[in-house]
Amino acid sequence: MTRNAMIDEWYPVGLASQLDAQGRKTALMGEPIEVRLGDDGNAMVTGGNGRALPVCVRYGHVWSSPGDPQKALFAIPEADQPGRRLVDVGVVRARCSPLRAVENFLDIAHFPFVHTDILGAEPHTEVQSYKVEIREDEDEVWATQVKFYQPQAAKSAEGGITTEYMYRVPAPTCSILYKTCPPRPGEWDVITLFVQPLAEDLCDVWPWMALFDDETPMTDLIHFQQTIFVQDRSILENQIPGLLPLDPGMEIPTRADLTSVVYRRWLKRHGYTYGAQLVAQ
Amino acid sequence: MKLHDYVLSPSCYKARLMAALAGVKLDIRPVDFHPGAEHRGPELMALNPAGSIPIMEDGDLVLTESSAMLVYLAAKAAPQWLGNDTAGEAARVQQWLSFSHRLTASLGAARLHEMLLRPGNIDVLQGQGTTALRELEAGLVEQHIRGQRFLASDRPTIADVACFPYVALAPDGGVSLDPYPVIRLWSRAIRGLDGFIEMPGIHRLHELRPDPVPGEA
Repeated sequence: MTRNAMIDEWYPVGLASQLDAQGRKTALMGEPIEVRLGDDGNAMVTGGNGRALPVCVRYGHVWSSPGDPQKALFAIPEADQPGRRLVDVGVVRARCSPLRAVENFLDIAHFPFVHTDILGAEPHTEVQSYKVEIREDEDEVWATQVKFYQPQAAKSAEGGITTEYMYRVPAPTCSILYKTCPPRPGEWDVITLFVQPLAEDLCDVWPWMALFDDETPMTDLIHFQQTIFVQDRSILENQIPGLLPLDPGMEIPTRADLTSVVYRRWLKRHGYTYGAQLVAQ
Repeated sequence: MKLHDYVLSPSCYKARLMAALAGVKLDIRPVDFHPGAEHRGPELMALNPAGSIPIMEDGDLVLTESSAMLVYLAAKAAPQWLGNDTAGEAARVQQWLSFSHRLTASLGAARLHEMLLRPGNIDVLQGQGTTALRELEAGLVEQHIRGQRFLASDRPTIADVACFPYVALAPDGGVSLDPYPVIRLWSRAIRGLDGFIEMPGIHRLHELRPDPVPGEA
């Protein structure tokens, strides 16, 4: 078996705010790891054979890699903008492919049916045409000009509005959603899905947000995002096939699935196949 | 009536669901159960030394057991949900209210383990959950033979509200409901009730809503 390109990527392995000296046992791509606060006050991650793994602390989380990352963790410039509330949503485990979790995050067509009366509502089910591209310079997937009618787009949204989104995939198991920010037109709220691949069919999902919202209590912001993800979770755990198919033939996409199509193409191009199924069966 | 609430907690959902079915408006106070563990903080521990949620407050009444909340909500606003006072039905309601704690301890703990990474022996929890589901299925089958669709009566009672959430969310803890056709019928009947509200993981019955475009469906 060839070395999977995903070995050398960064993955979230815990909340920075919950680091302690006692440590936490978890896993990355099948390898047991331990995440703890070292004696020097810095985060430490140890691999299955006791070797020290690469570490960085960013966006509320501790990040590590089972391999040798060739570049720094992707940038989210908005995260450093003053005035944003940074929300640690906390972990939720899902028995599904880490790539499936990201793919679901990129999909808007399911909003009226799974996030009924929150992110979508019948009869407003149409996904209008939008743009998707692989930005070669950054080597990222971007979907732009995505518009969707939402009855309650965010905690700070009063009533229904047509919300505009941009989706960005900077790493195989991470996605960033930029979303119309009701109290601050011209800015984008940042909602991320950081996925820790435990196994090909098991992942820990760490949503995180950087919002302009001075009104909503922190707990409400956390619960809003947990509600959305747990509504998705039962769907994710029942998808067939479990591994994300990268070759055409198994699933028939529609125009609304364009982001997923390009995401899969990008995964395949890079050999990001941990949690994927290559040949349609 | 104030409810210290966590949106992903099936026990909190029992109180929210009963209130919705009974037409009672709750003053919801969200608790950062996960990841903040606020229910173990000084303010809520003072209110409930058991360190659990939900907690319901109404005037000087403080309730920390969800079954008691169901009784309180029903007695105040929808007494028909308490069941009738024949010996058999009253006892059956109590039987299932007590039984519901076994669902919490098995299916509920399996769900916390599988979803929020709480400690536990997952095989044992899933096994105990399966045993409880088999008992519930058998109980519902007997009710069907009596011509009754709900756990204690021919109409829904607080017993159904007490048992429904952890059963409906069993798949979250890795326990399938596929082997239990009568439980699925019962779940459908509950989800079809006037005033029913969902929680994350329990989806509403879309087909029971009015046609999105009347006349064209």
